[in-house]
Amino acid sequence: MLTFIARRCLFMVPTLVAISLVAFAIIQLPPGDYLTTMVSRLESEGQSVDQAMLDGLRERYGLGQPLHEQYLKWISGILLHGDFGQSFEYGTSVAGLIGDRLPLSILLTVTTLLATWIMAFPVGLYSAVRQYSAGDYIATTLGFLGLAIPNFMIALGLMYVMHTVFGYSVGGLFSPEFRDAAWSLAKVGDLMAHLWIPMVVLGTAGTAGLIRILRANLLDEVRKPYVMAARARGVPERRLVLKYPLRVAMNPFVSTVGWVLPALISGEVIVASVLNLPTTGPLLLGALQSQDMYLAGSIILVVSVLTVIGTLLSDILLAWLDPRVRLGYR
Amino acid sequence: MAHTTAGTDAATATDSGPATDTDAGTDSVTGGETAARGDDRWSSASQRRLVWWKFRQHKLAMAGLVVTGLVYLIALFADVIAPFGTSTFDAEYTYAPPQRIHVDWGEGLYVHGYTSTVDEETLQLSFEIDETQRIELGLFVKGEEYELFGLIPWDRHLIGPVDPDEPMYLMGGTRTGHDLFSRIVHGTRVSMTIGLVGVAMAFVLGVVLGGVSGYFGGRTDMAIQRLVEFFMSLPSIPLWLGLAAALPPGWGPMQRYFAITTILAVIAWTDLARVVRGRFLSLRNEEFVTAALLDGCSRPRVIFRHMLPSFSSHLIASVTLSIPAMILAETSLSFLGLGLQAPAVSWGVLLQDAQNVRVLSTAPWLMLPGLCVIITVLALNFVGDGLRDAADPYKR
Amino acid sequence: MSHDEPLLAIDGLKTHFFTREGTVRAVDGVSLTVPRGKTVCVVGESGCGKSVTARSVLGLVDEPGRIIDGRIAWQPGAGEPVDLTTLDPKGERMRRIRGGEISMVFQEPMASLSPMYTIGDQLIETIRLHLPLGKEEARDRAVEQLRRVGIPRPEERLDAYSFQLSGGMCQRVMIAIALAADPALLIADEPTTALDVTTQARIIDLLRDLQAETGMSVLFITHDLGVVAEIADEVVVMYLGTVVERGGVDEIFHDPKHPYTNALLGSIPRMGAGAGRRLATIRGNVPHPSDRPAGCPFHPRCDAAIGGVCDVSDPPHIVFGEARSVRCVLHDDGAAVGGDFRVDGERA
Repeated sequence: MLTFIARRCLFMVPTLVAISLVAFAIIQLPPGDYLTTMVSRLESEGQSVDQAMLDGLRERYGLGQPLHEQYLKWISGILLHGDFGQSFEYGTSVAGLIGDRLPLSILLTVTTLLATWIMAFPVGLYSAVRQYSAGDYIATTLGFLGLAIPNFMIALGLMYVMHTVFGYSVGGLFSPEFRDAAWSLAKVGDLMAHLWIPMVVLGTAGTAGLIRILRANLLDEVRKPYVMAARARGVPERRLVLKYPLRVAMNPFVSTVGWVLPALISGEVIVASVLNLPTTGPLLLGALQSQDMYLAGSIILVVSVLTVIGTLLSDILLAWLDPRVRLGYR
Repeated sequence: MAHTTAGTDAATATDSGPATDTDAGTDSVTGGETAARGDDRWSSASQRRLVWWKFRQHKLAMAGLVVTGLVYLIALFADVIAPFGTSTFDAEYTYAPPQRIHVDWGEGLYVHGYTSTVDEETLQLSFEIDETQRIELGLFVKGEEYELFGLIPWDRHLIGPVDPDEPMYLMGGTRTGHDLFSRIVHGTRVSMTIGLVGVAMAFVLGVVLGGVSGYFGGRTDMAIQRLVEFFMSLPSIPLWLGLAAALPPGWGPMQRYFAITTILAVIAWTDLARVVRGRFLSLRNEEFVTAALLDGCSRPRVIFRHMLPSFSSHLIASVTLSIPAMILAETSLSFLGLGLQAPAVSWGVLLQDAQNVRVLSTAPWLMLPGLCVIITVLALNFVGDGLRDAADPYKR
Repeated sequence: MSHDEPLLAIDGLKTHFFTREGTVRAVDGVSLTVPRGKTVCVVGESGCGKSVTARSVLGLVDEPGRIIDGRIAWQPGAGEPVDLTTLDPKGERMRRIRGGEISMVFQEPMASLSPMYTIGDQLIETIRLHLPLGKEEARDRAVEQLRRVGIPRPEERLDAYSFQLSGGMCQRVMIAIALAADPALLIADEPTTALDVTTQARIIDLLRDLQAETGMSVLFITHDLGVVAEIADEVVVMYLGTVVERGGVDEIFHDPKHPYTNALLGSIPRMGAGAGRRLATIRGNVPHPSDRPAGCPFHPRCDAAIGGVCDVSDPPHIVFGEARSVRCVLHDDGAAVGGDFRVDGERA
């Protein structure tokens, strides 16, 4: 098991390097560099440009040096000092901006992932065991709908219905009175009361996908010879489904973290923008729209790295569940 | 073996035949003692035929096929179907509510006109349907000129007001006073083709890389698999956004269209590559492939005449299933303002107008493009699912 | 064995599959008996209903299959026989019979074991399902069972997974699981088909030794006549869902009465039969059970078929003795006709 984890971590290194390259490329892609953007912005606002400050910044980011040196400077700043650069839009450090919003992003994604599992598991199980029953048809139909409706449409629809029918304005993660308040039990409660809407919106597609996967896998497994063999040696029907095929069908369930997580983080960007949530999504969107590239690149970097770590955790969980993976037979 | 003469129907003869194997699969087919049996209609049909027969049984998939066909027809004849062109608007009718088409058996089709009032305080226009006004409609009326398929100049529109200056907003008006119905019809073009073009690009990438990976295996496979895993582990929308934001703002709609499609394809090819690789890996050890190699077939011949046909239907199914994903991605990007931008018209661009609750509560019809997305994506998903089930006509 | 009643008596069993394309009569009136302590082999080509017959005994026929007629009398002790067809396949009584009184071994040993649990887990589970043993006792018995089927270092093997063992080892494990609760009957459904030849021989030897040791009965399903010669006391020859001939192993091999049995025997490759000769085959294929020929099901492939008789009326069931019968019009006069006709290959 330990060697498995070690090997898996080793595999992660090239991926992480590649991600940092992509993030760096995104920072570099727009024409001009950080300073030219800043200078033109300052000038358009009629402010004078301090040459000494410019030189200092040029030195700090290694601007004007070859690309690979800029990259090394950028990545070592992140790794050694946690320095992600400056956001000219907000005029503060990127690390601080991300640090403010990331915890809520993680909270939202993780709770949605858990809710997705909790929802999809019984429904998928029921759907497979009672194939072609009315419940199965309903679950399948809902699954199709969940996959076909874009996240933001669900958000818009929900907002519209809540607004016109209940006169209740959906959006944000906190009520106004808690927005800037210090953390307290009441604030946590308020957060919980707001959290369910983005969870529902974000989780629908994932839940639908998981239900389909679990159902298909379980139906596959139930037809395998070992189920017949177990039945032939007198294993009771209930245990027959719950013990044998379900264990195997669980695997894709766990390994789907690999794609559910990136999808959730992707969806979060849109849904959070529509619902106006204080998470990293709208920050990224705003940064991209105003070409605040250090901020944008850093968010992409952080979010991608977190996804890769999440996938790693799911792989470890999978190995713990499935002896074939653990013992390297697959 | 029959496979050496391959082609699409290669697998027909030696698979255990279409009829039910009642021994529940436990009596293995030993040494050719069992061969094609059962009725001739099944055993002599080509694989394409079998897939079609199987597909036809799937009612939802057939319905999906019809809807998909209709949507593509609309895209093809958008100029004729849309009453107005993309640039026609009338600022007097911003957020005009949808009109209902009435049928008068004597005089034909008509809609009621509007009376508008301006709120003294907010200066906001609000509309009432005016039952006393009748705006006559006609089929194939003269309207704006356009070039059908970019070639044939014409000026007829499927439906429209007889007097082109009268207002007709079948699905309501937009913020700018465009006719939403016309815009949705025009948007069909971009939204539907972006799926096709993007998938075509992803298909080439996916099949080539997946095929190479699966056929050669070993180190090549390892490298390509790492690449695929890398792309799959990235959250796609932030990446798309990053790349799309980096597009030069000066680019025209056409350049943007292809750039966005390419960005979508760069991330979407991984799924196809995995499917192709998996199939190649499992087929590589099949006996008919060995037999073809022993018969002295060249490698390209083995790949293209023997291996590819035996999973082409699976491939078509995966391709069909990735078109809706592509459509959804474009819609999301455009919705966020980082995909296509006005003056280009796509469903996602139209949805940009529907970003906040206040607008939605005065003009809920602005969500209609979203409904189009949902219907189209559902239809394509059904078709893809039906194809996937039918792809293996010998299995049941 | 104190009483003469057979352990298992199948009488007129019909198991049909109701598919969309029509009814498939997979098993269509099979009668056979398994005496106590004996090995009965069911022989036939693929698709003749052997496996479905075996599964019908334990109520393991999958949808859309159903037993629609016949009796399966099961009499392990001195009491009244139980008709297995009347039991609820999902009920408690049937569950206790499965693995407790009647066990089954399948064709693909690897696939018959769940890859998610150790073999010890699956073996101990079976023991505890049928015997009132505690965890420790069950584990000891599991080790004992593994040792009995010839698995080296059984204590360690308990913690192995199926994918870590060879096919032969897996089949030994399956046999250990099957015999864990000392069943009175073991149904072996082509247990050696998926194994290589040397492993086949060892598994057959093992089964024969175990049978001698425990005195259980074995219903052995195979299409391999070599195996039949080695292991059988009695032989049942099946063709298209019906029993065409029944008899002792010597009678079947030396005095086959049905043309199909004859043809099967003719198609066994023999050492020293002469180089350069073609191996005799039975012409044609087994038709699919859904389009069974009228009259005798074998007549389209039979060299001795009589036009106007075999293709019109069902063949008569002719009984020669207690455990000897044949379904063929050639023996209708009751006289010993056997030996008068031969398939082409054998004459050569």
